[in-house]
Amino acid sequence: MSEVAQATLTMTRARVLAVEKETHDTFTLTVASADPDPLPPFEPGQFSMLYVFGVGELPISISGDPGEPERQVYTIRSVGQATHTLVSQRPGNMIGVRGPFGTSWPVKAARGKDVLIVAGGIGLAPLRPVIYHVLRHRDDYVRLLVLYGARSPRDLLYRRQLAEWGRAPDTQVLVTVDYGGLSWRGHVGVVTTLFRQVRLHPSETVAFICGPEIMMRYVVRQLEARGLAPEDIYISMERNMKCGVGFCGHCQLGPYFVCKDGPVFSYRQMQPWMDIHEL
Amino acid sequence: MEHKSLEETLREHPFLEGFKPEHIRKMAEMALEVQFGRDQIIFREGQESGLFFLILSGKVALEISAPGRILRVQTLGPGEELGWSSVLGEGGKHFQARSLETVRALAFEGARLRQACEQDPSFGYALMRQLLKVVAERLQATRLQLLDLYAPRAAKLI
Repeated sequence: MSEVAQATLTMTRARVLAVEKETHDTFTLTVASADPDPLPPFEPGQFSMLYVFGVGELPISISGDPGEPERQVYTIRSVGQATHTLVSQRPGNMIGVRGPFGTSWPVKAARGKDVLIVAGGIGLAPLRPVIYHVLRHRDDYVRLLVLYGARSPRDLLYRRQLAEWGRAPDTQVLVTVDYGGLSWRGHVGVVTTLFRQVRLHPSETVAFICGPEIMMRYVVRQLEARGLAPEDIYISMERNMKCGVGFCGHCQLGPYFVCKDGPVFSYRQMQPWMDIHEL
Repeated sequence: MEHKSLEETLREHPFLEGFKPEHIRKMAEMALEVQFGRDQIIFREGQESGLFFLILSGKVALEISAPGRILRVQTLGPGEELGWSSVLGEGGKHFQARSLETVRALAFEGARLRQACEQDPSFGYALMRQLLKVVAERLQATRLQLLDLYAPRAAKLI
């Protein structure tokens, strides 16, 4: 069997090494291969199909460090039965992994430029590998700007890491919440309001955006108003994915299958399809 | 702070981007530099405050009182504006404003700004246009906030 077929159609048994509670409903699973072969390497932005035996298979973005592919990390929000079962795993349990699948954030194309990351909610998870990559190859990039919005302070992912990243040289991390209590002394407002606090160099910036589609549309408008070209803006799309390899057609979006041609697209590619209501 | 340096400060403030030099000078003549300590109430909900602020440094929270609690609905920082309704001069404040850290700002009396707008329609147009941009941005942000975009829902690609 070819390597591609092996990766797409066969499943690797993976052992759960750790389960970390990120928020009240979101958990991070670390897994490693339980088979003789290690889990295959991945690029930032790719996803895997995670199989919970007897329950079902789910597409989940890889949220770990691409420099450490042997331990793969997935951040999962518990919103239904399958995700609830997935986050209820204990260290030592076995799950199935297929992948990695899909396109990746073009981190090589961003070399020599500022990397702007705009994430909303759990959208930070598929972007965390980009942050790991930039920090691991710091001399290849100029500034790292991370704008992150969540529903409330208790919904913020990776809080300790956000603080650590913010202390790294030439790195600016701005965090906001839609609703904050009196104990929250940070920024309150939607993620687009953070743009007033950053100075962008539009011709020297590549933007990576992930979050709810409405949020991404408004972020793109802000970026275009500030002079970023559509080909320097990348977004991660979300559709109902089943097979992961473009066979079943569940995730079709215009001429694309999100699982195979995406999930990462340039805005130039996606622009004609984003405003079509039926899609 | 003298008028000259006030003018320079105002020239760098995003609110006055695109203002003509004579309009910036006019604003400088009306500006008063103010400072608020951490956790100071700048104005209260319902209060008839006639001041409009351009924030230079520090962070301000807009809060609204609900029975038994106070909700923080927005924060404003350097380069932003506070108290735009003072320029209209109608009714009390819609929110309570609290400084979250030491805040430096330039304060303007709403009544004086209105008077200047009436005397010089070109200045008035520039000021009202900028105010309308601020209000439109806040309205759009509030609409997005109301959508509660990050609320849990059935997952596809997570």
